[in-house]
Amino acid sequence: MDKLLEVKNLTLKFKTDEGLITAVEDVNFSLNRGEVMGLVGESGSGKSVTAKSLMNLNAANAIYNPESTITFNSTKQEVDVLSLKRPADLKVVRGGSVSMIFQEPMASFAPSINIGKQMIEQLQLHNDISKKRAREISIEMLDRVGISDPSQRINQYAFELSGGMRQRAMIAMALSTKPSLLIADEPTTALDVTIQAQVLDLMKDLVKDFNMSIIFITHDLGVVAQTADRVSVMYLGRIIEEGSVREVINSPKHPYTKGMIAALPRLDNLGSPLRPIPGDIPSPLERPPGCVFNTRCEELVGDKCSLNTPSFTNFGETRRVACHLYEDGSDN
Amino acid sequence: MLLATYMKMEVITKMADLVKVENLSVSYKIGGGLFSQNYLKAVNNVSLSIKRGSFFGLVGESGSGKTTLGRALLNAVPISSGTARYDDGDVSYELSTLDKAELADYRKRAQLIFQDPYAALSPRMTVRDIIAEPIEVMKLCSSREEIDNRVRTIASRCRLNLEHLRRFPHAFSGGQRQRISIARALVSDPRLVIADEAVAALDVSIQADVLNLLKTLQQDMGLTFMFISHDLSVVAHICDHVAVMYLGRLVESAPTKELFKAPKHPYTKALFSAIPSLNPDDQGTAQRLEGEIPSPTNQPSGCKFHTRCPHTIDICKKEEPILQNTDRQHEVACHRWKELFNI
Ligand SMILES: Nc1ncnc2c1ncn2[C@@H]1O[C@H](COP(=O)(O)OP(=O)(O)OP(=O)(O)O)[C@@H](O)[C@H]1O
Ligand SMILES: Nc1ncnc2c1ncn2[C@@H]1O[C@H](COP(=O)(O)OP(=O)(O)OP(=O)(O)O)[C@@H](O)[C@H]1O
Ligand code: SF4
Ligand SMILES: [Mg+2]
Ligand SMILES: [Mg+2]
Repeated sequence: MDKLLEVKNLTLKFKTDEGLITAVEDVNFSLNRGEVMGLVGESGSGKSVTAKSLMNLNAANAIYNPESTITFNSTKQEVDVLSLKRPADLKVVRGGSVSMIFQEPMASFAPSINIGKQMIEQLQLHNDISKKRAREISIEMLDRVGISDPSQRINQYAFELSGGMRQRAMIAMALSTKPSLLIADEPTTALDVTIQAQVLDLMKDLVKDFNMSIIFITHDLGVVAQTADRVSVMYLGRIIEEGSVREVINSPKHPYTKGMIAALPRLDNLGSPLRPIPGDIPSPLERPPGCVFNTRCEELVGDKCSLNTPSFTNFGETRRVACHLYEDGSDN
Repeated sequence: MLLATYMKMEVITKMADLVKVENLSVSYKIGGGLFSQNYLKAVNNVSLSIKRGSFFGLVGESGSGKTTLGRALLNAVPISSGTARYDDGDVSYELSTLDKAELADYRKRAQLIFQDPYAALSPRMTVRDIIAEPIEVMKLCSSREEIDNRVRTIASRCRLNLEHLRRFPHAFSGGQRQRISIARALVSDPRLVIADEAVAALDVSIQADVLNLLKTLQQDMGLTFMFISHDLSVVAHICDHVAVMYLGRLVESAPTKELFKAPKHPYTKALFSAIPSLNPDDQGTAQRLEGEIPSPTNQPSGCKFHTRCPHTIDICKKEEPILQNTDRQHEVACHRWKELFNI
């Protein structure tokens, strides 16, 4: 298999006034070329922070554990992402081979420059092309993400666009450089489902045509089901379950994953009340010892849940679950 | 109170409109050029009414004017033409002609939960101050103690840890920030809440929790919600009535169950077909809309949907269909809804 990305022992803390916040703990995964991975889980569990690490883009108060490594195999060289310091070196993983669609669309566009100018600059930064060509590509991408009148819209400012148009402009910008890795953080939450289907089709085309890989972060499990090959579930900084989309959605194993799926509003079940996972999310300043989910878990298997961090139990090649329930190899 | 009187009041409050919008349009000025002034009609001749104490859903195409309509009801954008009447039983206002004193009062009664929690929260204020700000600006309480109490009550209702109150919003994830915005919106005890993509950033468990919370608040306090969302499963679960917009127009409007059971407008049908299925094997059920996505500055003649509608005939290109009542409060704007009913 052609491995594009390998994340090993990623642990990341933030220095804050109230102390160190552990945002990501011992996260490991790898991604092949042309593969689409879904990253789902609780709000605040570290999905965006993990994604930003891949571009070495976290805030200045971020502290990576010395054992953490992120290796990115670009077509030319193998890059040790976390060791990159100089802007010129960082260019490889920022906006060139790796593109990110940020969760906060307003933050990606400078308010005082029109979107076209930013798209063109971004393209020219990473490709040796003329301004005219860059403009053409940008307009074509805006068209492909379903923005009407792209040659006029390109002269507008971000605040003049509706939420969904802003998001599509950002998607167009991220895809215009034809990255080998696309990190898409909640890319379609502001879109109606018909436009969403169109954007997802476009992403799938790029996967097929250019072997692009995608890390898809979303709370929308339907979107994950329709796009990803496999999915990782995070809770409070840790990956707690992984597997093919089909397996994880149809037969979740980790109690958190089960709770998450049970909380989904389903169209075939309109009369019934929505069922959130009981209990409060612990503050990241007070991470529970043992399994991170033990304070809310309804399937505790004795003291070890609050004492020891469960290690992964494997089920087949691709499925693993970090829960004491399965440690004896049983398949509850 | 006598039970009969109580029940009568209940019926009246249930039936009365909190908001009644008639032929409302909102235009934006666009194009910076000195001589190239252009207008974009973001909301085009929309009529609807929102019952007191109801959960009114607004869905539709991205860019179709949902946020603009919500902002018009908050008096945050000028109404270009038409009327919007607000009547909560205590006061009654025509929103297009509010004077200063009325506007100040109306600000307490109508609140917004933002679409983008990142842009909405000032990074330099603690969470406590963010939530307290509306109370202070509107001078709703005098003592600091009273303010703190109110902030704490609403914060815990929105499932924020009390220790979060001392922190700054940058340290919070998207979902946590959205709960802060919700607390901020509800702290002035409004009657009308416009929730614009209010749960889009939340994980499914917190989303379920917040939706239950909004629903409880609606029932306990008689709050009225206009709930703008792209998540149709959420809308189906929480809203009593749903309206569908396309290119500034209201194309369909019906009680939720009725709409999801029997959508009548071709756009609504396309929309419902594109809801991504949880089953990975269920691919390609979405009806792809072919054809040109029309531009709001250069709108198509006739039915605004005719450039993409799979059922377009001659009349669709010439005449704009009007919103008409079909039955049981189900309204649709399509020339062919009757013949297409069973498709
Ligand atoms: N610059 C920062 N300083 C301090 N803490 C931070 C910083 N950035 C993120 N965090 C914390 O790191 C944790 C992980 O945040 P992250 O944004 O990755 O969550 P997420 O999984 O993306 O959540 P959501 O689904 O809500 O977007 C949170 O507890 C957050 O408060
Ligand atoms: N401040 C503004 N200046 C100019 N045009 C604007 C402005 N705000 C919105 N528009 C335009 O008005 C139209 C309607 O936008 P609006 O934000 O109301 O759509 P929406 O239905 O909320 O879309 P979304 O689902 O993407 O949030 C769009 O064409 C948009 O570009
Ligand atoms: S009026 Fe014509 S074009 Fe418009 S939705 Fe109905 S069939 Fe389609
Ligand atoms: Mg995030
Ligand atoms: Mg909007």
